[in-house]
Amino acid sequence: MFTSVDDVSARLAETGYLASPAVATTVFLAARLGKPLLVEGPAGVGKTELAKAVARVTDARLVRLQCYEGVDESRALYEWNHAKQLLRISAGRDESWDEARTDIFGEEFLLPRPLLTAIRGDDAKVLLIDETDKADVEVEGLLLEVLSDFQVTVPELGTVTATRRPFVVLTSNASRELSEALRRRCLFLHIGFPEEELERRIVRLKVPDLDETLAGSLVRVVGALRAMELRKVPSVAETVDWARTLLALGADTLDEALVRDTLGVVLKHQDDVLRAAAKLDLDTL
Amino acid sequence: MTTGVAERVTSLVASLRAHGVRVGTGESVDAARAVEALGLADRELLREGLAATLLHTADQRRVFDPVFDVYFPRGVGGPGTGPAGREELRDRLAAALADDDRTLLARLAGEAVDGFGAYGSSGAGGGPGASGPSPGSDGWSSHQTLDRLRPQTLLARVRDDLRARGGAAGFTDRLLEDEIRRRIEVFRRLVAAEARRRVAERRGRDEIARRAVAPTPDRVDFLVAGQAQLADLRRTVRPLARKLATRLTARRRRASRGSIDLRRTLRGSLSTGGVPMKPVLRRRRPVRPELVLLCDVSGSVAGFSDFTMLLVQALHDQFAKVRVFAFVNRIDEVTGLLAHGTADPEGLGARIGAEARLTGWHGSSDYGVALGEFAERYGDAVGPRTTVFVLGDARTNMSDPNLPALRRITGRARRGYWLNPEPRSRWGTGDSAAPAYAELIEMHECRNVRQLGALVSRLLPV
Repeated sequence: MFTSVDDVSARLAETGYLASPAVATTVFLAARLGKPLLVEGPAGVGKTELAKAVARVTDARLVRLQCYEGVDESRALYEWNHAKQLLRISAGRDESWDEARTDIFGEEFLLPRPLLTAIRGDDAKVLLIDETDKADVEVEGLLLEVLSDFQVTVPELGTVTATRRPFVVLTSNASRELSEALRRRCLFLHIGFPEEELERRIVRLKVPDLDETLAGSLVRVVGALRAMELRKVPSVAETVDWARTLLALGADTLDEALVRDTLGVVLKHQDDVLRAAAKLDLDTL
Repeated sequence: MTTGVAERVTSLVASLRAHGVRVGTGESVDAARAVEALGLADRELLREGLAATLLHTADQRRVFDPVFDVYFPRGVGGPGTGPAGREELRDRLAAALADDDRTLLARLAGEAVDGFGAYGSSGAGGGPGASGPSPGSDGWSSHQTLDRLRPQTLLARVRDDLRARGGAAGFTDRLLEDEIRRRIEVFRRLVAAEARRRVAERRGRDEIARRAVAPTPDRVDFLVAGQAQLADLRRTVRPLARKLATRLTARRRRASRGSIDLRRTLRGSLSTGGVPMKPVLRRRRPVRPELVLLCDVSGSVAGFSDFTMLLVQALHDQFAKVRVFAFVNRIDEVTGLLAHGTADPEGLGARIGAEARLTGWHGSSDYGVALGEFAERYGDAVGPRTTVFVLGDARTNMSDPNLPALRRITGRARRGYWLNPEPRSRWGTGDSAAPAYAELIEMHECRNVRQLGALVSRLLPV
């Protein structure tokens, strides 16, 4: 899949994802060792985006399982198409029981859900299991078989084993501790906030029309905000939003009034805005 | 893979395990495969690769990085240059800080430890790396290096330098000082890592990896935690509370699948000819217990009680009523100070000190007087549904422990527990009245967040 770590960063960068060395190394290892990749980190640092970028780079199909409270086997793995089975039974009214029985549990009546889809077929795939922590604990048990052996057991059909292993990315916001069993099967990657230099490059890439020195000072202000004790510290997504805002306002330098008026773009709580304004010596009205 | 590298990976794993990171054999094998895939050429790649294969959570990284530095050092021996003069080194350091050049900072950290960190027989100033201090009562000290070099005094110089270079650059100028402070902090950490590495070369890696690495926050002893560690601890309050809350709710749900309601089961069995097909379970009314916390907030145990107060307050929706009292040698209610939204954990201790009347004639803690006053003034806070927690080290400063007062409190409460942040081996030594109190109330050792979490989930009434 990849030849070296540098190859990973170079190819990811081509599709517009600037990876830190930690990200590139872990992606390389995940591909090389054939293990799933568990990505944790605050919201908006590009966890989901990483899976999409890997899919683009490797020319693979992205199969996405969005987890939520109450997601279950029939949403994640497979389901029998009951309506179609009933139709089939009433269509063949004259045939014997044996014929009908073997027929209705065939491939034709199977509705594959993301996990099964990712395992079947010969084309390259990236399986993204998004917000794994939102799913219930039982679903983790379901994932274990899929992630360690890349196989799924359907009682009526037998065990389906992957002929070509998908590249698996699990993301989590750590709203719940994932079980140790699941963690052990994965390579672990924590994506934090990027270094100043990398973040500047990200802003330049996403908002190319923004003045370079303005982008630099913007990133420095965001860095200062992150060092404060805030309820929700701004993430990369917010930095990019702010850059877009400043571009739309036609600003060319960052000054006090501008920061005060646009602070709402990066900070999402009123207490945070007040606290940041005090720390940055903005005279609030 | 050569045996040397394999052995190094396994000793790294052993050292991580000794620090409480759970690493299985499967992960060690993965780590070795990662080393094979990445090669040994680039140290930072190797670090990330091993971290990805061996670690499971982000906090473990704090243990991993220093251990990695010891087992896979940046280099061996001294930097190979002659001893640099103090002023010359400071000049170069100032330039590196101004440019924020991490690789240069790392190299300077090496030279600094080499030049100023040696202590012992070679005397002040040290020598170049090759000669080094002789074995025995000596080593390399990051503290001494930083003390001689004083990187923090470079702040003004670097700032003026950067200002001159960029012109007074408008708005972001006000961020400059904090940024430089953070860079200096990076340099200090590099020096500490470098000193650890040099010591490890002399005394054997395993010993240094065992002793010189800070534990994960949940294993830090409350009583010896420094300022920064306490701040770290307070930040773990909310996640811990969330975890405990789910555990308590789960226990409550399980408990409600309990005893059979005989009357309703028999009534239901009439429709099946008197055969009880479906047992009906007794409906439990959700009991929301009341909680009273008595916290010693005197200097010696403040970190512990602050933390526990915040934790209980964060769990408040699990209880009908939580009342928190603080004492040193007088007692006062501080429930209001912990109210939601107003609580900034950092300033809690200061606010309690400023707004509550906790001291009488002197400033040292007196359990006897405080317990007596509680029994008298707030006796009605404790009822048959109340669980009382006392938090403190039970060190009475030689005054009367006032056991009858505690007996009165626990006699009226449903349950009573005492959480003591001192190790069990020190109970009863010096002025500690712990054994006497322990006869009246269940006393538990509670030295770190891990123990506290376990105790809270076990002891809290549901």
